[in-house]
Order: sequence, then C-alpha cells, then structure tokens
Amino acid sequence: MATSKTLGESLRQHGVSRRGFLKFCAATASMMALPPSMAPAIAQALEKARRPSVIWLSFQECTGCTESLTRSFSPTVENLIFDVISLDYHHTLQAAAGDAAEHAREQAMNSNAGEYLVVVDGSLPGPKANPGYSTIAGISNYDMLMDTIDGAAAVVAVGTCAAFGGLPKADPNPTGAVSVQDLVKDKPVINVSGCPPVPMVITGVLAQFLTFGTIPELDEYGRPRAFFGQSIHDRCYRRPFYDKGKFAESFDDEGAKAGWCLYRLGCKGPMTYNACATMKWNGGASWPVEAGYPCLGCSEPDFWDAGGFYKALSVPTGSPGDVLLTAGAVGAAVGVGAGLMSRNQGKQAAKHHDKVTADQLEEKL
Amino acid sequence: MAQLANIPIRIEQPEAEPQQFGNALPILNEIRHALARFAESAEPTRIDLAAMPFGPGDEEHLMALLGRGEVEATIDALGPTRVWETRFPGVWVLDYANVEGERIALQIEVDEIPQMLRTQRADITDSLTALDAALASATAADPAAESRH
Amino acid sequence: MTPMDFLLLTKGPLFSLAIAIFALGILIRLFEIFALGRAHNYAAARGNEVIPGLKTMYRRFNPDPGTFQRSTFDVVVGTLWHVGFVIALLLFIPHIELIKSTLGVSWPGLPNPVVDAVTAITLLGLVAVLIHRLTHPVKRFLSTPQDYLIWAVTFLPVLTGYLAYHRLINPYPLALGMHILSAEIFLIVLPFTKLTHIFTAFVARYYNGAIFGRKGIQS
Repeated sequence: MATSKTLGESLRQHGVSRRGFLKFCAATASMMALPPSMAPAIAQALEKARRPSVIWLSFQECTGCTESLTRSFSPTVENLIFDVISLDYHHTLQAAAGDAAEHAREQAMNSNAGEYLVVVDGSLPGPKANPGYSTIAGISNYDMLMDTIDGAAAVVAVGTCAAFGGLPKADPNPTGAVSVQDLVKDKPVINVSGCPPVPMVITGVLAQFLTFGTIPELDEYGRPRAFFGQSIHDRCYRRPFYDKGKFAESFDDEGAKAGWCLYRLGCKGPMTYNACATMKWNGGASWPVEAGYPCLGCSEPDFWDAGGFYKALSVPTGSPGDVLLTAGAVGAAVGVGAGLMSRNQGKQAAKHHDKVTADQLEEKL
Repeated sequence: MAQLANIPIRIEQPEAEPQQFGNALPILNEIRHALARFAESAEPTRIDLAAMPFGPGDEEHLMALLGRGEVEATIDALGPTRVWETRFPGVWVLDYANVEGERIALQIEVDEIPQMLRTQRADITDSLTALDAALASATAADPAAESRH
Repeated sequence: MTPMDFLLLTKGPLFSLAIAIFALGILIRLFEIFALGRAHNYAAARGNEVIPGLKTMYRRFNPDPGTFQRSTFDVVVGTLWHVGFVIALLLFIPHIELIKSTLGVSWPGLPNPVVDAVTAITLLGLVAVLIHRLTHPVKRFLSTPQDYLIWAVTFLPVLTGYLAYHRLINPYPLALGMHILSAEIFLIVLPFTKLTHIFTAFVARYYNGAIFGRKGIQS
C-alpha cells in the first residue's frame, strides 16, 4: 500500500547520500529525456514526491511489455523507483491469483481512491464485442477496466496494443479489439506505444508522474513528446547516408555491411516516432537499425496493416501491378473498339458525301 | 555455456577502419559553444550524451577527440561515477554507473569543477555536527585531555 | 481519422483506384488514336517513314530559333520545370521503389540532395509560369479554367513532395499521405485533360516526322 513517506525520506533510509541523490536525479533527467539542467528541479520535486499506488492491468497482450519493463537493466534507477512506487496489482508478476489477487486490486482502489495510477497493457474486446474473448477471474476486460479507472488519477496505456489496438486489432480484428483511449474518455490517458516500448520510456513516464505529479506534454496520439516528439528518421545515426542517397539494397550487400540507410529494405523510420535511436535497447547496447534491421514502425497505429515490413515506405499496400494490367488491357480493348468505330463512321460519311460545316466542327471541340 | 562458446565466429574485415557516422563533430561544436559561453559569462552547461543519436564508434570518436587531461576522480555513491577533465580544461566527462557497473548516464559538463564533485552546503552542516560528535567522543575517551583543562 | 488511417487509405485503395482510372483512361485514348489510323496516301513514297518519325520525336525538344526569340521565357522556364519534374518523378529513390513494386522495372536513382535541388527549381519554375500566365495579356486571354486546373494538379504533388521530404508538415504520415493523394489526383485527371500531352505529344511528333519523311523532306 502507498505510504505517506516521501521519496527523499525513503532514499535516505536506503542510505543514499546527497551526491548519490544528485546522481539519481541526473540519471532520472536523462531517463525522462529532460535536459540535464532540469536535475535540480527534479531533486526538489522528488524530495516531496509520495509513493503512488499503481494497478497494472494486462488484457489481450503477449506479456512482451512486462518483459520489456523487467529487462530495464537492473538494479538501477528504475528499481529504485520501483522501491518507492507501490505496485499493488500486476497479475503476471504477483504471487497471488484469482480471488486473492482481485481482492488486492479492490483494496488498492479503495484505500487510494482518486490517486492511484492505472497501467494497462494489451487491447480489449470493445463493449459491442463478445466479452468472452478475454476475461480475468471471470470478469470481462471491459468491466475490469471501467471499474478500475473509476477512481484513478490517470491511465497509462503501455504498448501499441493498449495505445492503438495493436496486433489484436490487426485486420480482420476477430475479437473486436479496441484501445484504451477508445473507451476511457473522462480520465487522462498517456499512451506509451511500441511493441514493446523501450523499457526506459515506460519507467521514464512513470518517473515523470511520480516526480511532478503531472501529465507530460502529449502529441496528437496522446504520447509524451519527450520520448515520441521526434521520428526515428530524424534521430537516426544512418540519416547522413539517406541524405547522400546511399542505400543498402539487400541484407548482405556492400551497403548493408557498410551500415548504409535501410529505406529500400523497408525501414519505416520516417513515419515512426519513438526514442529507440537515442535511448536504444538493452542498456544502450544497440537498437534495430544499428543491428542492420529496418524499423517496423511498431510505435505507430495500425503498423501491422501498413504494408510489408520489408517493402519501402513509398510502396503501395495493395497490388497495383495487377490493377494496372487489368485496367490497361480493358483500356486498350475499349480504345481499339472506339477507334475502329470512329474510323468506320468516317468511311461511311465519305461514302455518302456527308457535309459538315465549320460551326459543327467548332461544337465538337 | 560451453555450447555457446563452440559456435564458430567469423569476423569479417578485422583490420578495417572503425566506421565513422559523423555524429561526433556536431557534439564537439556544441561543446565549443558551451565553452565560449562559460568563458564569457561563467554560465555552466551540461550535455546529456544519452540524447544523442550516436552510431557505433561515434562515442569512441568523440572521447578520442576530447582526450584526457590532468584530473580524474571517482565518486562512490550508488555505484561508481567516474569523472575526468578532458584535454580541454573546463570540459569534463561524467560517466555514471550503477552498483553493477552498468552505465546509467553519460554527460559532458562545462564548468570549473563538476557539480557532483563539490561538497554540498547541507553536507557541510551535517559534517560539522558529525565532527563535533567525533571530537566530543574522542575527548571523552582521551584521559590526557582532562589534564589540559 | 488519424494521420495513419489517411496514409493507409492513400497508399492502399485510393492508389489502386487512381492507377486503374489512369490506365483505363490513357489507353482508351492512345489506342483510339492508333486504331483511327491515318488517311491512305496514294502518292509513291520518297523516303522512309519510321526513322524520320523517331528523329522528329527527339528533334522537337529543340525549339526553332524563331520560337526561341519570340518566347524565350516559355522555352527556358518551360524546359527547366519539365526536366525537373521528370527527374524528381523518375530518379528519386522512393519513387523508383514504387515503380519497381508496381511495374517490376527499376533503374539507378540520384542522391537525395540533387533531387531536392531539382525539385526546388521545378517549384520556382511552376510558380514563374503561373505568374507569367496571369500577367501576360495574350496568355491570360487564351487561358481556360482547365489550364489553371492542370497547373494546380501538377504543382501540388511537387509542393507536397518537397514539404514531406523536408518534414515541414507533422506528423509525417499526414505529409506523405497528402503527397500521395495529390499524385493520385494528377493520375486521375491526366487522361481527361491536356495532361495527355505527356503521351500524345510523342505520337503527334512521330506522325509529323513520318509524314515529312515519306515526302522525303526534313521536318
């Protein structure tokens, strides 16, 4: 349960010195994608911050987001933060199950009414869909979400499924999946998209809420601008090659070996807004493009239906070649027919010595 | 992990030059502007290198360009933080690691001395109290001190 | 509708629709012309038809001295933006990828900064010809609403492409969607307006050259 202890007190109890705290703030600023000059403000806010209660709901998801979160290189700032937030319900991570787990959720909701944070990963069958597609302890996802957000301060939709519907919503969307923001209208929703999101981005958003108690500035998709404000393309270290027109054309050609731009191999970097290019993965070890793999655009809505992963961004999603052939064949046939008809008309006219005046010709123009 | 080690690894072009992605020089320029600002108005600057789109080799290139100066220090708080002055005095590198030695942040600081190395006011006050206490207990324990009164 | 929905709409069904209307329209027009044929010439041929025809297709790129002196602006600026338009259309790498996926043929492209510069020149050229059309009394008198329409449908793909490349409209899916949509409008409008000259100009040149070639004179 959330206690009334502030983070500053909690840290000092952990034996953290003031230099240690300063370092913590520097790392937190870096994690929240804030300029280092913000560290003192963070220190000040953190001194007063209180442990918020967090309820984590997992719906139609693959647990990849939770896996990502737990892979945030431990034990480090994130863990410190998790020592000082109160994760009261997460049915994948918690020991309790069934009724006992649901009881923990209800208790957290009751004792922190109006103040707790709800984190959702996974999409859920919408109100019109069959609720049987996804239930927890006999409760439909829809009912559980609506019940839980009632007393929440804010909702964080973690992962592309929760944020935009993701894989479950991909064509033909058999379960009638919808995103959290499709259902939650009266509470602030922060979307942390990605499949999965960068672990530091998940913790960064939680840290921001913990630190300042406010909702970060969001983009038109409800994603925090600090992490999703710039496209992969704009922050890509391979961008100079795009600008010079140097492209890898297969996964094993000279260009691929030299680390050239992956646009022609299907990189969706230009349309994708995420923090991979700077925060990277696995503790800053690397990220997809650095590994020679084109960006899939996983933090964007409907990325599953946005064309082949290995087809360039400019390539249409349908089969325009077939359309072109069919329409072309029909066009040619109709054209020849029309031409022959006119020709015949002309011949007939010549035979019968039909007359035409200048005015009639003018009309035809 | 014996099986993993048995997988043959072939490194292509082992003698090839390290790749250059050209993202180090813009940072060096930014540092230059920060240094000029500090020289003019004593305004310190901190640059977070985690926010930079570095490719493989870019960070090494930047660090090689900055080089090493006269001062080097390690702060032991929540894991080691290594601090060193580059060969350009006033330009410092701070490499923060956690207790497991994994980097959690990398910053450039342009200042006379990095903020992290300074002793904080509150610590000095605490330190005075601690020293007083140490002095009191040392005095109490020392029989020779009594006679000096 | 989110920007992403918009992009997927323009990249998917709208593109197929546009390319279908374009192919249907332009091939009806061309094959009608070919099927009509030409009046039979009973005079004995004095020369070859094919080679002069092909030569004329190329030779008409050079304006005759009189035309050049009378309308220097039209020749210079007109050539400039036409060439720029074709370069941007056919030699920009993303366009080559699009053509490769649709037609199965591809060729080497130009570095992006070159295409970028060419696009900027094309945009300026298009603006200049519009101003000229509006200020020149004779041109203005001769201009029909269709002339302004085809100027707009030509200008918009270039403009939106330039904006998308420089990422001046955010988010990018909106910028790219607008560019693709404007190109689709161009494709749909093409077979039914003066824009058919993209194809028929060469047919006309060939016929012209062939007629003169048959008579044994230079066109």
